[in-house]
Amino acid sequence: MELTGAEIAIRCLQEEGVEYVFGYPGGAVLFIYDALFNQEKVKHILVRHEQAAVHAADGYARSTDKVGVALVTSGPGVTNAVTGIATAYMDSIPMVVISGQVPTSYIGEDAFQEVDTVGITRPCVKHNFLVKDVNDIAITIKKAFYLAKSGRPGPVLVDIPKDISLAKARFEYPQSVAIRSYNPVLKAEAGALKQAVHLLLEAKRPMIYTGGGVILSEAAKPLAELVRLLGFPCTSTLMGLGGYPETDKQFLGMLGMHGTLEANMAMQDCDVLLAVGARFDDRVIGNVKHFGSVPRKIIHIDIDPASISKRVQVDVPLVGDVAHVLQDMLAVLKASKHKPDTAALAPWWKQIEEWRSRNSLSFKNSLEVIKPQYVVQKLYEITHGEAFVTSDVGQHQMWAAQHYKFDQPRRWINSGGLGTMGFGLPAAMGVQLAHPGATVACVTGEGSIQMNIQELSTCKQFRLPIKIIALNNRYLGMVRQWQEFFHGNRYAESYMDALPDFVKLAEAYGHVGIRVDKPSDVEGALKEAFARKDDLVFLDFRTDPTENVFPMVPGGKGLSDVLMAEDI
Amino acid sequence: MRHIISILMENEAGALSRVAGLFSARGYNIESLTVAPTEDETLSRMTIVTRGSDEIIEQINKQLNKLIEVVAVMDLSEGEHLERELMLVKVRAEGAAREEIKRMADIFRGRIIDVSNHTYTIELTGSGTKLDSFLQAIDRSLILETVRTGASGIGRGDRILKL
Repeated sequence: MELTGAEIAIRCLQEEGVEYVFGYPGGAVLFIYDALFNQEKVKHILVRHEQAAVHAADGYARSTDKVGVALVTSGPGVTNAVTGIATAYMDSIPMVVISGQVPTSYIGEDAFQEVDTVGITRPCVKHNFLVKDVNDIAITIKKAFYLAKSGRPGPVLVDIPKDISLAKARFEYPQSVAIRSYNPVLKAEAGALKQAVHLLLEAKRPMIYTGGGVILSEAAKPLAELVRLLGFPCTSTLMGLGGYPETDKQFLGMLGMHGTLEANMAMQDCDVLLAVGARFDDRVIGNVKHFGSVPRKIIHIDIDPASISKRVQVDVPLVGDVAHVLQDMLAVLKASKHKPDTAALAPWWKQIEEWRSRNSLSFKNSLEVIKPQYVVQKLYEITHGEAFVTSDVGQHQMWAAQHYKFDQPRRWINSGGLGTMGFGLPAAMGVQLAHPGATVACVTGEGSIQMNIQELSTCKQFRLPIKIIALNNRYLGMVRQWQEFFHGNRYAESYMDALPDFVKLAEAYGHVGIRVDKPSDVEGALKEAFARKDDLVFLDFRTDPTENVFPMVPGGKGLSDVLMAEDI
Repeated sequence: MRHIISILMENEAGALSRVAGLFSARGYNIESLTVAPTEDETLSRMTIVTRGSDEIIEQINKQLNKLIEVVAVMDLSEGEHLERELMLVKVRAEGAAREEIKRMADIFRGRIIDVSNHTYTIELTGSGTKLDSFLQAIDRSLILETVRTGASGIGRGDRILKL
């Protein structure tokens, strides 16, 4: 029997086991929506803006190890989706975006709602396709899922012109797919592995630096085993938090621009560095010359060869899937007659403990004004460290990353690479749908939340009991902090005047809103919010407008040039 | 340093723009780029001449390999190779210059492929520097138009880039 292109597309999603599609209808995808309407397997979540559809698919993917799926129409549907796609691309999130396109005979004629989707999205997708023949839909969608999930994951876009979605073809979903030019490597070279283990066992001041690759490759278990077996200190990037239990003694906290003193100093001063699924980005190692000024041997595990020696020259490259490489490394390590140099490790740990004792994340709490860090600490306590926490971008993101201790992977969901404000709430929707009974908190600011505030309506429609923790300091806090430090206190456009009454706003959308002004009310408000299992609660915490994020490695500086709260 | 990179890629619409887009997005320079289908019609062969430090060339190779449609990449300048470029030059050929240009074309093993009362069109093949030398050897004021293909390259002997 022949099916329409639209029906084929939906059948493909069914075959891929897709649970949810996040989307927004429009002219070019009407046949696809018709096909969605006529079945029940794939559920559609109607968002209020296409950017949110992609972020929700992204949150779904980040919290599950599955591919997120979004569906948008041509033209503005696609351009609205671009921020979401770029967000997923920068953080290597597996995602398939299906977009409608004007009919093939109209392409290039500046038709209504026409945009060169393949051209516009090219630099921010792993790959994209324009389907020109209905017979190609099934194989193209099969390829899209395969590309999105394998190798270094990423978003893949499939653009389907309207006439192709109406044309008919026989449907047969391919069992497997091979792309001759695409063969991601899973296992690292044996010789390099031995060399890496040799270096690790010789190390006097070792450091293990982990990133988002640990989460993406489901490598938390072998990582924990390796770190414990070696007895080395371990740190994580913003993207990797939860990949190694944060409450463990060997964990030094997050590193980077707002990382702990001990993580940054150990990163700078180590003699052997094992980088695991991390890419030495500018927010992590600061000034690349300063970082390179200390001699150290670097072992780098990454599935993407282009990530190796991109910013920092690597001594032992291990190209492969993080989980596979770590398992093989463990095997080599266990078979080795040698053991880590514990005599050398003792003074190294002593030095680290000295740095750690400076308690670089400490802040002065107050009885008068709510400190944002205090809210995150209470959030951590009340949710027993087990919530899924999404965040937006800015100071609140850093405080959440610093003060919520993630012991499990896929619990910390944020836009690390692109730094997309407006990510938190829609991402939380995807997380909540993927984990219906779970506690989901969105830590945000009054700036970020307004970038996708309309999604409160989606949350109402689908009864998503997300808890919004707004750290409302009436400033674009991170912008203000930089203006205070580097622009002579000239707060150009960083003050958010004329803010809405978030309590009334939440109520207008049919949710519960609670405003909290006093530190003594923080705990009670959080408890009340989390006790309301079925409601979305918007907690508007009026926090200290002058609070800054410390420690801080100013942009362009080296990792050991740390500004501490007490320095200011 | 100058590098000449050969790329074997799927002969599909949009593949060229992925390569060109990669170079502009990452700030790599392209001195010349040529592309055409191969004897296997599913594949195109591209030659790119670029410049950069060893680190940048390494990244260019890796980033090219990362493009899904790229099947194979070879940095020809890492070994023995040949490169050729085709140039067509239209020159004013009148009076005494007519004979002089003919002689110069012969010396450079060029061929006159079109003749009018006032012009010659010369076809010349060789390395980029040879083409440059020819242009310098003839009176500049006589040059009406030039068009060059950019370099095409191939490895010497057993150095083969094939699927």
